Amino acid sequence: MKRREFLVVSGLGTAFGFASRAARATPAEEKEAILRLTGAAMVKQGRVTLDLPPLVENGNSVPLTVSVDSPMTAADHVKAIHVFVEKNPQPFVAAFHLGPRAGRAVVSTRIRLADTQTVVAICEMSDGSFWSGSADSVVTLAACTESE
Amino acid sequence: MATALIHVPASAKRGEIIQIKALISHVMEPGYRRTSLGAVIPRDILRRFVCTYNGEEIFRAEMYPAIAANPYFAFNTIASDSGTFEFTWSGDNGFSKRETVAIKVE
Repeated sequence: MKRREFLVVSGLGTAFGFASRAARATPAEEKEAILRLTGAAMVKQGRVTLDLPPLVENGNSVPLTVSVDSPMTAADHVKAIHVFVEKNPQPFVAAFHLGPRAGRAVVSTRIRLADTQTVVAICEMSDGSFWSGSADSVVTLAACTESE
Repeated sequence: MATALIHVPASAKRGEIIQIKALISHVMEPGYRRTSLGAVIPRDILRRFVCTYNGEEIFRAEMYPAIAANPYFAFNTIASDSGTFEFTWSGDNGFSKRETVAIKVE
């Protein structure tokens, strides 16, 4: 790296240091995102289990399994599962839409975690009720969201 | 072109709950990273994954930048009839990928 190039890079690094901090979601933003989903409805704790490793070496790919305790019948089933985090650049992770044909309300995927944080899953049932569950994860190497 | 890996049991008993796994190769560039010179790398993610079973939607996922590269999903369904599963991924920059897998239900 040439000296001039180094100066440009280090200068930009300082300039954007603050900007990227501001670009990180806060627990308040997560709460707002959840409120937008649930509206005035009460969110009850329980029925939702998150299977997330408690200690993560690499935040770029973290296995996550969400299971919901539901009979999955036409009358009583899971309509959707929404996953939120508090310290990634944005609070949304994914939304899964299921139906009675799923048989079992279990969904697995791999997510990115930019920091040690709590992952929350909100489940929307066919009767309109909302249930939530959460899991904590300690992240040693954060997902690279800020630089290459 | 992105390659997709899908696992569906080749045959199942009627009424049995089967697990379906789908993986696709994609960078899932979150749009928050910068190059060494400070330029933002534009977002390039998959936004939607849909699985239908004989034309009826059984699973749909909406994705955000927090989904890891090479998105993977595992979900379940009840094997009701022989037929086909259709998988579609769509996302930024006009990305679209469609795969079908057949299943025999006895």
